[in-house]
Amino acid sequence: MESVGSLIMYFIVALSMIVFSVMAVTTRKILRAATYLLFTLFAAAVVYFMLDYEFLGAVQIAVYAGGIVVLFVFAILLTSRPGDNSERLTSKSRVLGAIASVATLVVAGYALVSRCSVAFASKPDMEAPDMQSVGTALLGSGAGQYILPFEAVSVLLLACIIGGVVIARKR
Amino acid sequence: MDITIPVLILAIPLFMFIFLGLCGMKMSHKLAGTLGTLGMGTVLVLSYFTAFTYFFSGAPEFVNAAGERLQYMVFDQTWLQFTEKLVIKLGFLLDPISAMMLVVITTISFMVHLYSMGYMRDHHGVYEHGFQRFYAFLSLFSFSMLGLVVAPNIFQMYIFWELVGASSYLLIGFYYTKPSAVSASKKAFIVTRFADLGFLVGILVLSFYAGTFNFTELTSIPVEGIADTYQVSLSTSESVLGIFQNSAAPMFMGASVLTWALVLIFMGGMGKSAMMPLHIWLPDAMEGPTPVSALIHAATMVVAGVYLVARLFPLYLMEETSLVIITVVGALTAFYAAMVACVQVDIKRVLAFSTISQIAFMMVSLGVARPEFHHGLGYMASMFHLFTHAMFKALLFLGAGALIHAIGSNDYTAMHGLRKHMPITHITFLIGCLAIAGIIPFSGFFSKDEILSSCLGYDWMAYLWMSLVAGMTAFYMFRLYYLIFWWKEHKTPEGHHAPHDQPWTMSLPLVILAAVSCVAGFIPFGNLVTWNGHPYDFMAHFDWSVAAVSLAVALAGIGLATVMYRKENSLPEKFRKAVPALWNWCYHRFYWDELYIFITHKIIFGCICRPLAWFDRHIIDGTMDAFATITNKASDAIKPLQSGQIQMYVWYYLIGVLALGTITVLCLI
Amino acid sequence: MEITAIYYLVPALIMFCCGVYGFITRKNMIAMLVSLELMLNAVDINFVVFNRFLYPEQMEGMFFTLFAIAIAAAETALAIAIIINIFRAAKNIDVRSLNEMKF
Repeated sequence: MESVGSLIMYFIVALSMIVFSVMAVTTRKILRAATYLLFTLFAAAVVYFMLDYEFLGAVQIAVYAGGIVVLFVFAILLTSRPGDNSERLTSKSRVLGAIASVATLVVAGYALVSRCSVAFASKPDMEAPDMQSVGTALLGSGAGQYILPFEAVSVLLLACIIGGVVIARKR
Repeated sequence: MDITIPVLILAIPLFMFIFLGLCGMKMSHKLAGTLGTLGMGTVLVLSYFTAFTYFFSGAPEFVNAAGERLQYMVFDQTWLQFTEKLVIKLGFLLDPISAMMLVVITTISFMVHLYSMGYMRDHHGVYEHGFQRFYAFLSLFSFSMLGLVVAPNIFQMYIFWELVGASSYLLIGFYYTKPSAVSASKKAFIVTRFADLGFLVGILVLSFYAGTFNFTELTSIPVEGIADTYQVSLSTSESVLGIFQNSAAPMFMGASVLTWALVLIFMGGMGKSAMMPLHIWLPDAMEGPTPVSALIHAATMVVAGVYLVARLFPLYLMEETSLVIITVVGALTAFYAAMVACVQVDIKRVLAFSTISQIAFMMVSLGVARPEFHHGLGYMASMFHLFTHAMFKALLFLGAGALIHAIGSNDYTAMHGLRKHMPITHITFLIGCLAIAGIIPFSGFFSKDEILSSCLGYDWMAYLWMSLVAGMTAFYMFRLYYLIFWWKEHKTPEGHHAPHDQPWTMSLPLVILAAVSCVAGFIPFGNLVTWNGHPYDFMAHFDWSVAAVSLAVALAGIGLATVMYRKENSLPEKFRKAVPALWNWCYHRFYWDELYIFITHKIIFGCICRPLAWFDRHIIDGTMDAFATITNKASDAIKPLQSGQIQMYVWYYLIGVLALGTITVLCLI
Repeated sequence: MEITAIYYLVPALIMFCCGVYGFITRKNMIAMLVSLELMLNAVDINFVVFNRFLYPEQMEGMFFTLFAIAIAAAETALAIAIIINIFRAAKNIDVRSLNEMKF
């Protein structure tokens, strides 16, 4: 059984996650969409905290909320004029999108609810993985350790920096 | 013997070809011509030196104690090694005929190089367009021809054989803006190509059964104690023959494989040497510049067929049938060409048919040669005639070139009575005519007399036939001579300069060749060139009765020509009226070209090529077109799917994923 | 009432469907990118939830999410560079105007 506090916390988080994602894709102002995305990302970070992955939640906030959303905001400011509302959606594309998303929801939801027994597993007791074990796993080279993907991602980021500079530079 | 000089003999013309071909247009006409001539002069000196060393140094690898001439392999380098046995080599074989050919080729080639410096420019001294290219091609030809004659194996000979064909094609088509020259060059190439097919098959058959390409293994045995030296011998040919006569070598259509091989190889020789019925290209080849005709189509390339038969002569001796075929083809060609030459108008055509006739003489001479009769006199006579003919026919062609250059036309009707205007040309041309007619003491007398003697030794029918042709030769040459230089007074058309003798670059070769034609008959040829190297003093066996008869025949021919053409008269016209059919057949060269055109156009093109073309156009192309049309239509139909709208792509993709997901959920989990 | 895995998975699924809807309907490329981030996050949550509820002693799901976040950052940066470039060339970032690559 959960405490009442964590139940309330859960409902707030789940609700905000759903509401803000719906608003992020329906609002006509692009800057607002970015802001709602930020809130959704925060909600996801809170989910990570609730699942005892503090490091992951911290990364989510730092990278997504702190980095990516700021990038979005800069890009929006660079590519739109003040008072520039997004265009009205045509009904055709709205219908197509609705069909696609509802179909996805139905198929995946049906699979999840009626065909996936593990989805009803309860939360096992567990010590939160401490920072030391996370760090060891991230930088170790043994079995179940992640130095190789870590280095690969570092190279990828470097390539991405160079690529970004090359692509965006004025010719 | 050091290999430097033989290598240089081949390398210098090749280098001149590449150099003039690549850089010729960058340099002045005069420089290019001078360089080409100097290069050829160097080769001339080197070849003379080589031939002199071979014939007169008396070194043990060239001549043995009995005075017999040997074959010496100067070098023989592996070029392509396909398998253990199938090896193609490039080398340099020095023997009596190759040494003699070195002299002939370089002499004529040098004369032509020199002569062209004057010929290939107009009366104002302006050089013709493509002058440098002309010299490059001349060098290429010289290289190929030298490579052909020194080839120690039949495959190298074939390679250079094709190279002379290619350079002949290039030079006939030198005036490539003239349609007649273009079609003449194509004709020459195609006809000889057709003959070379036979040659190639012959080579393959021969070498497949004999197991070798080398002439030294086919026709001679190694000399003991001296490296790279061979002696022509019947006994190896007999061992080769043994290979052909064992059970592995089958008969084919009633003839042995060796006969087939030799006849097919001779077919290649027929193409190059313009024997009937493959002679049709040579008269048309006169579209090329006259020096080219002198070099390629009179003196050197066209005797390659004779040379080929001479090269394989010990093998031919093994097969009586093939020699008979050679004799018959040669005799028919000689007579036919002489008939045609009697009525032609174009002076170069007359000379062309005369060339065909004279080469046929050489062929007949090879065909009737037997070792039993005076140590193979026919072989020696054939090579002797090749040598003298090269000199006087080149002289005649260069003289004709001088006339054409002065008059600007090939027809004798525009010439008539030129003897006072062009004295040097007149005298040298007369010497050439006397030599070819066989008047003592000019060179043609001796060589032709040897040929007739060997014919007599073979069969009296052959002797009578060839004597008749010899008389006709004298007649048509003097007909030509009188029509050009006598007949009636020369009238220069208004506004033209009177024709006059040519610059020294053109006169000098004429004079030199005329001098050679006067004295070449006294060369003791039997001591130098015989089929097995054994010296034979033909003057000691000289048959004065044969000589008297042939001289009488020649004089009769000349006399007839003198009566008919010395002064303007109506005798030729009367003759023409008397036998119009004969005259027409001769004038139209017995309609050989028309026959070829009928066969190719009407029969081959009409009955075979046209249905094939229809099949190709409608069935094969139609199938391919249908494929293309279907593909086109299909792609047009599905094109709108590629709208470029990425969101539509995502939608399609999602539909697919959802369909797969649905199937998975409903059926698998 | 116990909070089982499904309590996290359903909001994540709804978030994913929102991403799908947004990606198909929005014409502004940055808005499309926002939708993409939504989908990515929904998937991340799934990884973490399954890791936490089924194999709590291991960390694969968490690390997968970690690397996904890093790669998403890289991808976003590049995508935005491209979008800015397109904006310079086409003066707008409407995805409908970018159909040069059709047939």
